[in-house]
Amino acid sequence: MFAFCADPKAIEGLSWLACYLTSSKHLAFYWSFGTVLLLLAITAPIALGFGFGGATMARSPVAPARIFGKAYIAMVRGIPDIVFFMFFVIALDQGVEYVKSLAVCSDPAWPWQGLEFRVCKEAKVPLATSDAFWHDAYGFTLAVVTFALVFGAFVANVLYGAMQAVPRAQLETAEAYGMNHGQVFWRVLVPQMWVFALPGLSNLWMILIKSTPLLFLLGVEDIVYYARELGGSKTQAYEYPHPDWRLWYFVALLCFYLLMTKASEGVLGRLAARLSKGQATAAGEAMRKAAA
Amino acid sequence: MTMTCWETVQAYGLRSLGYGENLLPKTDFTLCQHFTLIGSGMIWNVYFGALALMFGFFLANVLALAKAAHSPWLRKPAEWFIFVFRGSPLFIQFFIAYETLVLLPRAGVEIFGLTVATSWMTKAWAGALFVLFLNTAAYAAEIFYGALRSIPKGDLEAAEAYGITGWQKFRRIQWPTMLRLGWPAYTNEAIFLFHATTLVFFASFPAFRQMGDALYYANYFADKTFNPFIPYPIVGFYFILLTLFVTWAFGRVNRHLNRHLPQNLKSRIRLRPNLIR
Repeated sequence: MFAFCADPKAIEGLSWLACYLTSSKHLAFYWSFGTVLLLLAITAPIALGFGFGGATMARSPVAPARIFGKAYIAMVRGIPDIVFFMFFVIALDQGVEYVKSLAVCSDPAWPWQGLEFRVCKEAKVPLATSDAFWHDAYGFTLAVVTFALVFGAFVANVLYGAMQAVPRAQLETAEAYGMNHGQVFWRVLVPQMWVFALPGLSNLWMILIKSTPLLFLLGVEDIVYYARELGGSKTQAYEYPHPDWRLWYFVALLCFYLLMTKASEGVLGRLAARLSKGQATAAGEAMRKAAA
Repeated sequence: MTMTCWETVQAYGLRSLGYGENLLPKTDFTLCQHFTLIGSGMIWNVYFGALALMFGFFLANVLALAKAAHSPWLRKPAEWFIFVFRGSPLFIQFFIAYETLVLLPRAGVEIFGLTVATSWMTKAWAGALFVLFLNTAAYAAEIFYGALRSIPKGDLEAAEAYGITGWQKFRRIQWPTMLRLGWPAYTNEAIFLFHATTLVFFASFPAFRQMGDALYYANYFADKTFNPFIPYPIVGFYFILLTLFVTWAFGRVNRHLNRHLPQNLKSRIRLRPNLIR
């Protein structure tokens, strides 16, 4: 990074630290914070979508859809979510490869044979010959889908409750005005449910932030991975030898998460105030009185 | 050599504690082995969950009271403790605790001429239990703090009108009401603490001689058989049973706390999702 970093063994003190903290491995470490933020940015809307679908299905008058929606919501209740994380990543991967094997293999056999999962090499995802980039991208995609599936179930639970919390009278009034099912749903129910959903969704967002270290368990090179790699003690064979500094790296991660939590609290607090405006709730009433 | 299921149970039923057959099964995995080993691992999940809850309950009460105190000397430390443990991932807390504990001198620490051994603290049974204890104390303290603040004003005024003040007021009015109001949320906290115990052996703390928890063995099977469709649902099955038991046990306490109230005012326990910490 800097010119004086050419021979790290010759420098000391602050300049050593400056060189150490800008080594190529450290730059990769800083980028991995981007991976975490990217995961949050992609997962949150997808999970919201899954949750919305799940909640709508759970309210559906069609029995199979209703049962499916309710089962999806109930799925994550009694079982630790980490079990789902570990399960879905392998299950999704094998599912994708099995489906692909049906299409591309010359003689697709049942892949779960004894102690192995075997598909022909054309059906591997990504192909063994592809770039390292595609392997990383595929791993990340599996992680996103897994996170979205698990959190979607939690969102569905919150949104289902929020839809039930919208006053019946609102919907009946809309029907009395001659709106059909779809119109009542999109124009009355959906705009009003968010204020009821927000406390639950805020809570889920906090939980989503705090579950991102699990990316490490899913095999993605995230901040936990780099903290362990960089912090481990380095002998003289390395450019920047140092004792075991993992503790400090983890303290840095702790600070990162605490800052994220604090920032989210601020933003969500403002959002809550905005959604409460003009609503027939205690918070909305308080705002109306304060303004008058 | 094939074993009957009963022989498998005898060989592996207490494997997670280090008793019975030493070598884990390597080939010809049976459903019975799955159920036995994963069930054996559940002993650790119950151990961590139950002990952390028991110790955490006391610390949570102290923290909740400290957070509600007027004096900033009590309030600020409690607020910070709760913020740090609720605001950061349990996974990172485990890592930090482990890295800190291994920094302790191996030979032991000398205090007043006595050598206190430290190596046991880096073992999961002590170190991870300590982290879970602090973590659940923080979450429960926030619940109890919220409950403490929502005690109806009238109850406290009525107590004072009867001449009940100070410690008596706390012991007989505030504390039981706080527990009663906070209990449904605390039940959820207990359930998710049990769920969180599955993280222990995936965050630094090594499973000494392959003595791990339910998820550790499920992961072992999935790695060996490349088939996630059997071990993970078994873990799920065991945890549903555990969740049902916790709900039942806490429901009994809830009934006790609400016993003086008319039927329509009793607070019911509802399961709310609150996954990873």
